[in-house]
Amino acid sequence: MSKYFIRLALISAAVMILLYISMQYLDSYTVMILENLGIFIILAVSYNLINGVTGQFSLEPNGFVAIGAYVTALLLLDKNAKLDQFMLSDPSDFILAIHSSFVPALLISGIVASLVAFMLAFAVFRVRGDYLAIVTLGFGFIIRIFAVNQSEYTNGSMGLSGISNEANLMWIGVFVLISITVVLNIVYSKFGRAMKAIRDDEDAAEAIGVDVFKIKTYAFMTSAFFEGVGGGLMASLLTTISPEQFSFMLTFELLIIIVLGGLGSISGSILGTIIVIAGMEWLRFLDEPNFFSDTAHPGLRMVVFSVILILIMLFARKGILGNKELWDIVKVKK
Amino acid sequence: MILQQFFNAISLGSMYALIAIGYTMVYGVLRLINFAHGDIMMVGAFFAFIFFSLSSNFFLAVLLAIVAASVVGALTYKVAYKPLLDKNAPKISLLITAIGVSFFLENLFNMIFGGTPQAFNYPPFFDQTIEISHAIITYSSIVTIVITIFVLCIVLWFLNRTKYGMAIKAIAFDIDTVKLMGINVDFLIVLVFVIGSMLASLGGIFYAISYPSIDPLMGVLVGLKAFAAAVLGGIGSVLGAAIGGFILGFSEVFIVAFFPDLAGYKDAIAFVFLIFILLFRPTGIMGIDFEKQRF
Amino acid sequence: MIALEHITKQFGGVVAINDLNFHVKKGEIFGLIGPNGAGKTTAFNIISGNYTPTSGRVLFKQQDITNKKPNEIVKLGIARTFQNIRLFDSMSVLDNVLVGFDSRFKYNLFEAILRLRRFFTQEEMFTKQARYLLEILKLDTHQFDNAKSLSYGNQRKVEIARALATNPQLLLLDEPAAGMNITESEELADILHFIRRKFNLTIILIEHDMKFVQKVCDRVLVLDYGKVIFEGSPQDMLQDEEVIRAYLGDFVK
Repeated sequence: MSKYFIRLALISAAVMILLYISMQYLDSYTVMILENLGIFIILAVSYNLINGVTGQFSLEPNGFVAIGAYVTALLLLDKNAKLDQFMLSDPSDFILAIHSSFVPALLISGIVASLVAFMLAFAVFRVRGDYLAIVTLGFGFIIRIFAVNQSEYTNGSMGLSGISNEANLMWIGVFVLISITVVLNIVYSKFGRAMKAIRDDEDAAEAIGVDVFKIKTYAFMTSAFFEGVGGGLMASLLTTISPEQFSFMLTFELLIIIVLGGLGSISGSILGTIIVIAGMEWLRFLDEPNFFSDTAHPGLRMVVFSVILILIMLFARKGILGNKELWDIVKVKK
Repeated sequence: MILQQFFNAISLGSMYALIAIGYTMVYGVLRLINFAHGDIMMVGAFFAFIFFSLSSNFFLAVLLAIVAASVVGALTYKVAYKPLLDKNAPKISLLITAIGVSFFLENLFNMIFGGTPQAFNYPPFFDQTIEISHAIITYSSIVTIVITIFVLCIVLWFLNRTKYGMAIKAIAFDIDTVKLMGINVDFLIVLVFVIGSMLASLGGIFYAISYPSIDPLMGVLVGLKAFAAAVLGGIGSVLGAAIGGFILGFSEVFIVAFFPDLAGYKDAIAFVFLIFILLFRPTGIMGIDFEKQRF
Repeated sequence: MIALEHITKQFGGVVAINDLNFHVKKGEIFGLIGPNGAGKTTAFNIISGNYTPTSGRVLFKQQDITNKKPNEIVKLGIARTFQNIRLFDSMSVLDNVLVGFDSRFKYNLFEAILRLRRFFTQEEMFTKQARYLLEILKLDTHQFDNAKSLSYGNQRKVEIARALATNPQLLLLDEPAAGMNITESEELADILHFIRRKFNLTIILIEHDMKFVQKVCDRVLVLDYGKVIFEGSPQDMLQDEEVIRAYLGDFVK
């Protein structure tokens, strides 16, 4: 027991020191990429919990990230900033009244996202998981419709700006560590075993006493929580948000990340995030005029990405790590 | 006024019905939510747009577009889904592939034609109107309604009265037994994709005429709504999908007509339906229960 | 212990079970016998809550459990194995058995996330118990192997261990000896007698291997096309003409 906590403390301390040094010595562009990477690791690891570990295909991240971003933004902006910004209609009294500091705002974002997740889960998981994907896909659109139409709460399509920039590399690092620890602690517990059991054979899991509805709901709510937190970090990092930012594209990137890393592998998701974020930067050249043609091809990159996803599914379904973890593989070789 | 809305509702419902049938049939035979189906509707509309710009014969252009779109639909099955089915891959792999195919089609057309909506040209005939007791009704909505009902009858006849149709229905209940009977299941599944794609592209063309513009993402929201309609009608049931499509069309038109304040939320109605039907009657109106054969 | 009363199950128009009645006494090992398609597995699915019967009711210790869900029925003390082995393929043998303990673990999600003391003590306790079950079933050397990599016979035994982990009073075994060679099935027979005594179990099993049935069962019931054609001791069953005609005839030939 104490061994576990000592190890956790040592790893956390090492990561934080490393991040502190990075912040001091790296240029701001590299730090920005690292910050982005951190947020995507939070999102990918938590997305993998419902999709990979529990095996319930879901397309929720953009919706919950949007919820988290808006909640954090509205909590961080002060009353005057809101009165200044809301153009399409006056902010509602409720919106004017709410305000909090950074960390509570992130936690509230996570809690709101997971409460919404609970409501969706209640509708979907009473039948088999089949409809989860389509319900979550639709949910992403609904959130956008609300963000655009409820202008007294969200300032509509104008979005929000001037959100205080408190999400630096250190804070993001803290939440990366928290999210990975929490997800791993779930995976390596009776809940994680039950989730994997549902993924492998739902009927058998139910037949030996696993409360399938409850376990799926836990997985989905945990994913939603960290997606909400990630969205909050994103809002504070970017300082401006608008409904268009949280399109399905975000979910699609995360899907590629977890599929590439290996569905069900937490370390795989971290690896996948690094590869895909780097690859995204690198593949930018595809959209620009190139050797084959002198006109720009906006969107070619996305075509390439979707082909990559299909090819992984067809020829390397298990991704890099399958459902194993890095440390499982190291152990076997010993 | 009511009569006018009534016609708007049926013609909108017709489009949803045409697209919903493809979802329900593919789900019936493969238990797969074919996310790319909404995009086939977009592909059909774009093909009609291209062919009509090449030849001046609209009818011919539409016919070619439907054929071309159904080839695309059949290809998605052959190239993307079938290899996974052959390998007995878990269902999540199929769903991820379906999303990949959907995203691929959207971005391919986005790359070629750009993301901005293009004006959809069609013969002036469709803009003519007739007046029935103060309601002004365009020819396009009359054509949409008549053709949809005609096509629906053909599809229902095909499924219930012909050898191939009945074999398709048999697959929906027990694919393994049908295989054992020496029926070419693969051919029948291709047929399902072809029929579904033909109907979806027809729906897409009607949609393009009534809006009248097309863009690479037009199939996403309509596809989502059509899926909700299929669930509402009872996934697996073709008649149910059609009924679900019409119910959704009516709800959207009349809710906006009676509560203009809610116009911005029109696109959310289908989603609300979907959630409610899952909560209170997951098997939909026609009540087909696919969960039986579990052991 | 358990009683089925006037159970009928139809699928569409097909009658899988027709007015089935039987009861099993505490401590018995009871065999359900019959040709394929006779409705044995359907009867299991009805007891375990995977199917709801078209009519009739199931009583477990005088309590009506007809409309309960599978996971509720497990908690009441009925566990099962499957005819077509259904282990959790991605997991180790030990983890498979630990899933069986799921409803007996007493820590909640927050205790797991925060790694509170109860998490560690419970994990340790149930891991020990799981290892003990694997020892009984002579699988302890395989505990860290992937469940899928085991031999067919051993996979069946993992299923039994997993079912035992739920702390059942009634164990339903669907063809436990299928795919085992003679030594293995004899060993299994001994194990079944041992666990019955050790855990105060009542066992119902479906089996085609008549030698195994003879060796293990106290009483058998023969089904044919959803109807009972014989009930009594396994020795008498072999003499019964109707049974021979319906089932053994085909089988011995």
